[in-house]
Amino acid sequence: MRAGADDELWSAIADPSRRRVLDLLVRNGAGTASVLAQDVPFTRQAVIKHLAVLEQAGLVTRQREGREVRFHVEADRLDEATRAMAQLANEWDRRLAGIKRLAETAHREAKSRDRRH
Amino acid sequence: MSDLTIQREIVIDAPTEIVWRTITEPDQIAQWFADRVELDLRPGGNGTFVFEDRATAQATTAPIVVETVEAPHRFTFRWGHSEGEPANVGNSVRVEFTLSAESGERTRLRVVETGLDDVEWPDDEKARYAEDHRHGWSVHVGRLGDLLGTPTG
Repeated sequence: MRAGADDELWSAIADPSRRRVLDLLVRNGAGTASVLAQDVPFTRQAVIKHLAVLEQAGLVTRQREGREVRFHVEADRLDEATRAMAQLANEWDRRLAGIKRLAETAHREAKSRDRRH
Repeated sequence: MSDLTIQREIVIDAPTEIVWRTITEPDQIAQWFADRVELDLRPGGNGTFVFEDRATAQATTAPIVVETVEAPHRFTFRWGHSEGEPANVGNSVRVEFTLSAESGERTRLRVVETGLDDVEWPDDEKARYAEDHRHGWSVHVGRLGDLLGTPTG
């Protein structure tokens, strides 16, 4: 993985409008800025800016077809972003499991103390 | 990818009072979250979570700001901001624990982490035109990733 890649990935997906553009591309497979702009509540110019950031983060690539520029989702890079989110969730699962273990042990110990008294 | 909120929950075979102590007492937190913990448990109270990397013998210190303390049902704090900075929307994320009693001395514990959407990431143009700041941003964002468990580099 190249240095700084994760910063770029995070900053690219942290913006809700940008995720919307990305989600649209995932749904449609590919698309031009003009077509994407029809399905979002912001301008074609804004779509182009978001696509540039997504491209810089490696999440999309552009392909020139005649007079059109079509954008495609980079599946591997998107997987990386999804995995990063999943990892955050896993971290919390691990912490919650730790809390459960500690609290249940404390509870069992309190109950056995009560029984002795 | 449409939402960056993290929400997890677990059911624990212990009453809410015990779970509350587990998630709010520093010596308890040091057993499931960080390696060393200091915490002033009241709204606006400060704290630090220190994470030690045994492999490199390096420690990362994360400042914590307590937001809500409603024993034994709700505990929220912010983290992810840099040391010496006040925690705000835009430079930190918010962690909310909610405890609800279930039958048979059990507790449903939910954690919701929000604010990843609100973090002010470097604007692409800012990054391009202000290389000086780029490094600072990259450290900040990378650090947030570290704290949140994202692999970096």
